[in-house]
Amino acid sequence: MDTTFALRGIDYLIMAVYFLFVLGVGWALKKYMKNATAFLEAGRAMPAWVAGLAFISTNLGALEVMGMTGSGLKYGMLTTHFYWIGAIPAMIFLALFMMRFYYGSKARSVPEYLKLRYNEKTRALNAFLFALMTVLASGISMYALAILLENVLGWNFNVSLLASAAIVLAYTYLGGLSSAIYNEVLQFFIIIIGLLPMTILVMSDVGGWGGMQESLAPIVEGKGFAADTWTTTWKYTSSSATNPLGVEWFGILAGLGFVLSFGYWCTNFLIVQRAMAAESMTAARKVPLIGAIPKMFIPFLIIVPGIAALVLLNDPSKNFVLPLNAAGEPIYDYTIIMLLKQYLPAGVLGLGVTALLASFMSGMAGNVSAFNTVWTYDIYQSYIRPATDDHEADEKHYLKVGRITTIVGVLVSIAAAYIASKFGNIMDFLQTVFSMINAPLFAVIFLGMFWKRSTGNAAFIGLLMGFLVALAHHGLTQPEGATTLVKGGWIGVIHTYPVEMAQNFWTAIFAFSTAALLTVVISLLSRRDKTDSDLNGLVYSMTPKLDDSGVLWYQRPWFLALIVGIIMVVLSILFW
Amino acid sequence: MLDIRLPIGLMFSVVGLIITIYGLATIGDVELYERSLNVNVNLISGLGTLAFGLIMLLLSEPVRKKLRKK
Repeated sequence: MDTTFALRGIDYLIMAVYFLFVLGVGWALKKYMKNATAFLEAGRAMPAWVAGLAFISTNLGALEVMGMTGSGLKYGMLTTHFYWIGAIPAMIFLALFMMRFYYGSKARSVPEYLKLRYNEKTRALNAFLFALMTVLASGISMYALAILLENVLGWNFNVSLLASAAIVLAYTYLGGLSSAIYNEVLQFFIIIIGLLPMTILVMSDVGGWGGMQESLAPIVEGKGFAADTWTTTWKYTSSSATNPLGVEWFGILAGLGFVLSFGYWCTNFLIVQRAMAAESMTAARKVPLIGAIPKMFIPFLIIVPGIAALVLLNDPSKNFVLPLNAAGEPIYDYTIIMLLKQYLPAGVLGLGVTALLASFMSGMAGNVSAFNTVWTYDIYQSYIRPATDDHEADEKHYLKVGRITTIVGVLVSIAAAYIASKFGNIMDFLQTVFSMINAPLFAVIFLGMFWKRSTGNAAFIGLLMGFLVALAHHGLTQPEGATTLVKGGWIGVIHTYPVEMAQNFWTAIFAFSTAALLTVVISLLSRRDKTDSDLNGLVYSMTPKLDDSGVLWYQRPWFLALIVGIIMVVLSILFW
Repeated sequence: MLDIRLPIGLMFSVVGLIITIYGLATIGDVELYERSLNVNVNLISGLGTLAFGLIMLLLSEPVRKKLRKK
């Protein structure tokens, strides 16, 4: 069956209006970009709600949206663990306990916090890995988008790749981080409004939640699971064999809920940068909490339709099919675009496809703006041209460097996209490797913020060894049925996990534990390298308590955190 | 600095208007709306988008300033 489709003039018109506004925002912000602080830190002037929506939008990249709908089909409501237990506790922790050190210290980036708290080499290790990771990540998502547009809409691969890169380059070049953040808010709304009609239509077609449950029962039982496995979250997690994730509750809680999610949300500069751009300390602490509220409801927009797609796939009268890959297997990541095609007529279809393009751009602009800041401040200013006494001239100079870095960053991403199109496996492998840097980083930053005794050398060794242990664990284990060395086992296989997810969780747990243990032991064996007064504003016990008494009670971070926590608990119980 | 609600409001008003007009022009087009369960989603979604755009516009600083002056 034909799985391609064409857009009409009206669809292209809507897309064009969107592009016009995205570029217009960049153009309108250009006049404010007078120095490096404005360009690379958005002048620290963003209202909390703007930064909060950008915070969540930058995470909502194209790979994320496509992947989550596909996971809905493959794993059902269990996928929401990535949005609830695997995100919310970490976001609350970041807001209440960590943001004050990122925002309150003089650090302009996460690597710079490492420099202030520990030492130069710890910063250097993190800055170089992070810079490399962000440009590669944006290249990979660019490739994924262009190949999707080619396969499904028949667009020319080169044209869509270069055009989408050019638009992101244009607006980040013009308006820097402010432009990226503003457009992420715009993109957030277009993702919601563009995908909502599809979600409503697919749900009413399968007879609502109840009808979907009924139709799912025989399909899911046919896979060897209990009838309601696809519509519950924790119910079948007492054993890894009774749910499709292949992970039991402890693995979900420790692997996803703690190590992976705290590693991602609390230390990834791509995310944290949005909160650091907020206008005040209170605003910065509220940013992750404001982002958490839409985050908890996004599963209903992108995961639930994926679950409904499983019903459609098993009902021949619906004529719903997924494109097949070279090996003849369905491409689950294309579920969302096939759903758009299935239900949306010309007009809203254009809006839906624009939503996918918007999600790609918000993810890529996030990578580009984070790369900019880390390159300019943590690499260029540290190693190539240090700051001088003339602050004003410096600001002008680093603004110019930031602009050039934007262009270079996008060019390297384009190169990475083409490498991915030639050697997809190598890129997959690199992405897996880079996903290993967050878990040890969280261990080191956490100990830095809450234990004044931890030292620079210990942190450096912890960070490096944590990463190497993650690499070794990946090289020595593999998921069952792995056919390529990209999935692991490239040193030799000493253990086989039932599914890839379990392998990922355990890689992160090993990396985190190694980094934490080494940092603690080496710190205790060595002499302190910072005095108490050095650590003011960097370590919890050395920093005066924050006074929220001037803030209205319902605007205090603690109160917001409570609301977010309650919503998450209620959702988890409703879909237990 | 620029109030983000202004471009958001403008964009969604324009997009909402385009989709609404297209929805109006295609009333009764059975073939077009067969896939969307015979619902004219363009009309509904267009009006919704337009309403969202207008609310954002009304909330934006430049518009509120003008309203206050009047």
